[in-house]
Order: sequence, then structure tokens, then C-alpha cells
Amino acid sequence: MKVAVITFPGSNCDYDCYQALKTLGGFEPEFRWHRDEKLGDVDAVLLPGGFSYGDYLRSGAIARFSPIMEAVVEFARAGGPVAGICNGFQILCESGLLPGALLPNESLLFRSYDVHIRVETVRTPFTSAYERHQVLRIPIAHGDGNFHADDETLAELEGDDRIVFRYVDADGSLTPEANPNGSAHHIAGIVNASRNVLGMMPHPERAVEPVLGSTDGAGLFTSLRRHLEGAMA
Amino acid sequence: MSRFDVEVRIKPRPGLLDPQGKAVHHALESLGYDGVSEAKVGRLIALTVEAGSEADARDRVEQMCRKLLANPVTEDFSLRVTEAPAVTDGDG
Repeated sequence: MKVAVITFPGSNCDYDCYQALKTLGGFEPEFRWHRDEKLGDVDAVLLPGGFSYGDYLRSGAIARFSPIMEAVVEFARAGGPVAGICNGFQILCESGLLPGALLPNESLLFRSYDVHIRVETVRTPFTSAYERHQVLRIPIAHGDGNFHADDETLAELEGDDRIVFRYVDADGSLTPEANPNGSAHHIAGIVNASRNVLGMMPHPERAVEPVLGSTDGAGLFTSLRRHLEGAMA
Repeated sequence: MSRFDVEVRIKPRPGLLDPQGKAVHHALESLGYDGVSEAKVGRLIALTVEAGSEADARDRVEQMCRKLLANPVTEDFSLRVTEAPAVTDGDG
């Protein structure tokens, strides 16, 4: 299964994503540069974390106009699975593939530590290997992770089972302290209406083997593998 | 074609949590400046554009704002357009 990992100037989790795909097996990751105009023959796309274009103007605002993004938008509109992690989530919101926006953290602090997130839906190509309401321990590392959307959009996300992950405490409860950035409804990740585009702030690629301190992120990639195998069968 | 200076002022939308504005507000209060009821932090982008008329310049920059400079989900923008001072070229 070929997965394109997009590198923008300022991406810094592209190799982590590449390595996670290699480690978990069954994937052939390939880098694509922001100036490339074609994705080529790939089965999925990952937009990695980092600080594309130095986060100038707004996080993700300039990356969204990279030549490669036209191909990514086209791939996503055709139903191809696309996951944006951290800065990748910000780029997906700016590009209009996902609703809402990611504002500076309520605390104004850059938050870099492990958080707990709860899997809210397994009805996505990225979460089918988890159980609903399973609690995962996964690192975050961001300054602009405060998910914001108008009330109507939030109601739609809730009603259509499109909130994929929420920040919780270790027991899976939605305590205010468990929300690291002030996100509306504790949102850590969402999918689009056709459920093939995921955006999330936590870094599953940094939690795929015991030496990293957690393997809870592996399920995201094994879900994707299962989904792609199913699509090919 | 004339040249116009366009100041684009971008502010967080009303009702939106603005942690930077809040921090500035607290700092002003702790310095003893009372009577400040609100502080908002936005950004200012200064452009010089060539256009046939002031209306044309305004129109083009509004498009730029909607496409790139402001995020309609979280930000409002306003423009101030003035004719740019003439550039003297040659040996002047």
C-alpha cells in the first residue's frame, strides 16, 4: 500500500510518519515535496506535523496554496483517505477540506506532553481497529490547537458522529483539566462528511512502538491498512 | 494605473476567545491602567497595489482577504485605502 507523506518547507514530522509506516509494515511510504504537482499512484495521503512556512500569517494558511495541495484536494474529493496530523490538521481546515479553525491555545503556551484521548467513533478508515470509547495515551506538541467552529458546525459534527477523538483524563472523563488547549467540545480530531479526511492534533506516529513510550497510536495505521486491504479485495 | 496604499486590519471576530487580547488586557490592568474595558490583538498588513481606481484597489484586496489574508471562520477584516505618494524616478 503506497502512502504519500507530504513535505512542506518547515514540516518536521514527515520522517516520523514515514518511519511509523515502515515500522508497522504493509506500507510503502513515499515522500512528496510541496512543489510536486502530482501525487502519482498512491492509496492514501498523510499531511505531517511541523511549522509549514514558519506558520506565517496563520498556521497552514500558506501551505494550503502549495502546488501539491491541489492534487491532495482532488484525491480527497474522489474519496481517497487523507489524514492530517497537527500542522496537517491546520492545513486541512485552511484548505476547506475540514470545517472550523485551530486558534492559539487558550493558555497561550506551547503544549508538549502526553495526553489522553478517547476514540469517539470507529466508523472511519482510521479508527476501525480501536474500540469505541477506548482511551489512548498519545503525545501532543502544538501552540495552535484550540479547535473552533460556529455552533451550527459543532452541532453537525456531533450529530453526524464526526468527532473522532476528544481530550479526556486517564479514566476517559471530560474534565476541564484534560483539555490542553481550550478546544470546543474537547475536540482533538474530526472527519469530513464523507469520512475519508481526518484531522487530529495529537501525534499517533510518535506512539507506535514501546521504545517511544506508547503504542496507542499504532491502531490508526493498522485501521488504515485494513481499510485499504478491504478496498482492494 | 495608479498606486494605492492599502492597510488591511484583521481582528478576531466578536465573541471569539482572544487569549492574546485577554493577556494584554490583564497586563494593562496590572500596570494600573483602569478603564480599559476590552483589548483585542489582531494584525495589520500593509500592501501597495496598482489599480485603475480606488474602488478597483479595494475590490482586489477584498478578494485577497477572502482567499488568503483573513480566515472567515475566526477573523474580520477592514480596509483603509489611500493613494500612494508618487514615485519620482530618473535622476530626481
